[in-house]
Amino acid sequence: MITGFITFFTIFAVVGAILYGRRLVKTEKSDAVFGNPERAKGGIHWVVVGSSFLLLSWLYYSWDIAKSFYPKSANELCQVAKVNESLLSLKYLFPIVERQHKSTAIIKRENTNIENKIILIKNDSNLKSQDKEIFIDILSSTKLMIPSLTDERYLEDETQNIINQLTARLNKLTENFPKDTYPKLNEEEKYEINEGLKKQLGWGATGMEVPPIPESTRGLKFHAAAAELNSISDEFFEMRNHNPEYLRKSELIFSEIKEYMDGLDDGLELDYIKDIKKLVRRIEYASIFPPKTLDELERAIRSFDKVQKKEQGNLKTIDIFLFPAGTIVASGPQCSEAGPGRWLPKPSDTFRIFGEMLKPSVGYKMIPMLWYEMMGVNRIVGFILPDWIADIMPGKYPVHNQSGTVDPNFKSKILDIVTGEFEAFKIPVPTGHIWDSFLRVFLGLMLGIILGVPLGLFMGLNRFAKGFFDPLVELYRPVPPLAWAPLVITVFGIDNVGKVFLLFMVSFSIMIISARAGASGTQLSKIHAAHSLGASRWQIIREVIFPNSLPEILTGIRVAVGMCWGTLVAAEFLAGTTGIGFVENVARKYMQYEVIWITIFVMGMLGLIFDLTIRKIIDKTIPWRGKG
Amino acid sequence: MSDLISQKVNMIFKSTKGETVHALKDITFTLKKGELLTVLGPSGCGKTTLLNIAAGFLRPTSGTITLGNNEIDGPGVERGMVFQQGALFEWLTVNENVNFGLRMKKEDPAKTAKKVEEWLDIVGLKGFGNTPTYQLSGGMQQRVALARCLINDPDLILMDEPLGALDALTREKMQSLVLKIWKETGKTIILITHSVEEALLLGERVYVMAPRPGRIHKEYKLPFASLGLKGDLREIKNNKEFVSKREEILTMIWNMEEEIMGKEI
Repeated sequence: MITGFITFFTIFAVVGAILYGRRLVKTEKSDAVFGNPERAKGGIHWVVVGSSFLLLSWLYYSWDIAKSFYPKSANELCQVAKVNESLLSLKYLFPIVERQHKSTAIIKRENTNIENKIILIKNDSNLKSQDKEIFIDILSSTKLMIPSLTDERYLEDETQNIINQLTARLNKLTENFPKDTYPKLNEEEKYEINEGLKKQLGWGATGMEVPPIPESTRGLKFHAAAAELNSISDEFFEMRNHNPEYLRKSELIFSEIKEYMDGLDDGLELDYIKDIKKLVRRIEYASIFPPKTLDELERAIRSFDKVQKKEQGNLKTIDIFLFPAGTIVASGPQCSEAGPGRWLPKPSDTFRIFGEMLKPSVGYKMIPMLWYEMMGVNRIVGFILPDWIADIMPGKYPVHNQSGTVDPNFKSKILDIVTGEFEAFKIPVPTGHIWDSFLRVFLGLMLGIILGVPLGLFMGLNRFAKGFFDPLVELYRPVPPLAWAPLVITVFGIDNVGKVFLLFMVSFSIMIISARAGASGTQLSKIHAAHSLGASRWQIIREVIFPNSLPEILTGIRVAVGMCWGTLVAAEFLAGTTGIGFVENVARKYMQYEVIWITIFVMGMLGLIFDLTIRKIIDKTIPWRGKG
Repeated sequence: MSDLISQKVNMIFKSTKGETVHALKDITFTLKKGELLTVLGPSGCGKTTLLNIAAGFLRPTSGTITLGNNEIDGPGVERGMVFQQGALFEWLTVNENVNFGLRMKKEDPAKTAKKVEEWLDIVGLKGFGNTPTYQLSGGMQQRVALARCLINDPDLILMDEPLGALDALTREKMQSLVLKIWKETGKTIILITHSVEEALLLGERVYVMAPRPGRIHKEYKLPFASLGLKGDLREIKNNKEFVSKREEILTMIWNMEEEIMGKEI
């Protein structure tokens, strides 16, 4: 419903915006020549067109438009696919999809094989001439075996009866198929389908591509026909045209082969006779019939095919136009979404699942995406304050007394505070996958800034610091952060500490380099001025060099955020139980394409928010940049 | 008794390649309190080096330079400096720039604010206190730099081509301002310039320096600065004596430049 509305709305938007754009070009003053930046100004309507196109392509290629306008079509196409599949093996017997009758093709192929074998045997100088004679003799009689299969005189009545029966069944199916009463199901079959439908999830739900059990009457028709066709073709392919004449000839040949093989050791001869045996067997299993025998059956299949195609009606058109780049029918009875339908989730599903995941009670893997939990202040205090504070307090911890109780003293009370064992009110604390990822980036970045900026400034100002720390930083920095990840995660654990440390490594080097560049780029005259205004060393660093390096530092932070973000997601891929990267990795394992796209979207948004925030901070804190 | 006395100051730079440049040779002079000295010379004659030594940013290779009996061996508050580009701290407002020195001394903010206001009034920037410095024009920035230096009440003001980057009109106004401040405060000023006219207009004394090695080539004592305090600077420029002095010094510098070029070719 909504998808359909959006589809129409975006189409109108595109058309409207294009018309508006054309009118604008006509009414616009034309004094701006090509290349004048004025010409590129404005153009919100083109933004509308661009976004609409993006949305439309997404809707179209993910088959969401098809789903919106023809919600049953995929299920019905799936039933058509079943019929096609069942019909295919029967069709292959005749020149319907192939050029020749199957019997003709087999005879041609096997004759050629026998000829080739004979030539091979004749030319093999390693074979004794008496062996050659025996081989060629067997092959010639094998060749003479074929006419016993293709001669109508030898055809048994029983075989002919089965063929007639199957043809009659097909003709009946053709006759009944278009009728409204078809199929007539018995109670058991009806019950089975209804039970299946109850359990069946809708098209596009996670874990379910196209639902296979028929949901409409048209679908049911094709479903039933497919079952009937399967039974017909199974019966047909069980049947062999082994008439007495053929059996007599083949027995002779097999006994000849057996006689020859008796007592034969491994060697060239055994290989040859095995090959020859294979050739004989191939003819035994091939469905070779006399030329006119299957004509009625062929006619029956052709007419059914015509009828079922007619019954498909508009399904064919829907399939061609609304299921781009891959069709359900092509996937056969598995009814999978081939092409973009598989990896490009439908917007409707994606938003629904996103909405579902955002619910704190659902989340992903038992953890909400972004929510809060009530946490006692005592736990926070206990986490922040180290326990040794109690240890360094004067006095001793209390010892239990004779009456079996422990009287708390000052030291034990301090211990209770630093371990968080006291009653306190609760405050909401954010939690969830998004928050975890955000917090890791934030902490890693903050640590990098707090330690990297002073060290970078120091390195920019002091020869010793530069020389001493340079090798350290320059040796670890060029290594891609992810190369450190296995080591860091092993040492610091798969939880937050490891990831924050990894991100700290990333941001630390960037902050050092930018702070250093900022410090060493301070104009000498400013430092001179500060000196002659009576500033001390420390004052110069704090009041001149630091603010002067702020533009570089902030640019460094911006770069570091991007790097940290990229590294974090990859690190969460490697290990851990929370975070956006973790969600994506799990979704990948279960092929939840919707969730994958959601994580991609969330990451993009978070990255954008980070960058916008820093840009705002840059504009606020260093307005003089580029104007000095 | 806070005269600036320079005795046989030599400055020799050694480049990393081992070449030596004799930037200053035997600079000896005495500047009495309240005098305004302008220093002229072709580029590369060591004007700025001399100033940097006086400011304490450089240590002379030999010789001493003293201000009121104290040998200069580092930068100090008693020697204020004004730079060519102002060297303002663009992350601070005009007020914060001007009171920078006082803030470094941790003086009482209330008193400081009053002083800042006075000085902004003197340099003609009343009401600009809260403007960020990067929004000021070149002339205004130079006024801020002057105020920032003067608020510290230095004994000696060193000016390194302070008006070099300004347009002609602003420059003239600033020249009057420098003269005004000089008269009102009675500070000792050394002003380096490459404009002969400016040197003559402002300098009670003018040193013309010569390069290779940098030395004082000629000294003038001129009346124009005191004239300028009373009259219009533009009239003085048309003064016959002024014109002849200007031509004389210009020829002198021209010859020096030619000598260098000749040497190089």
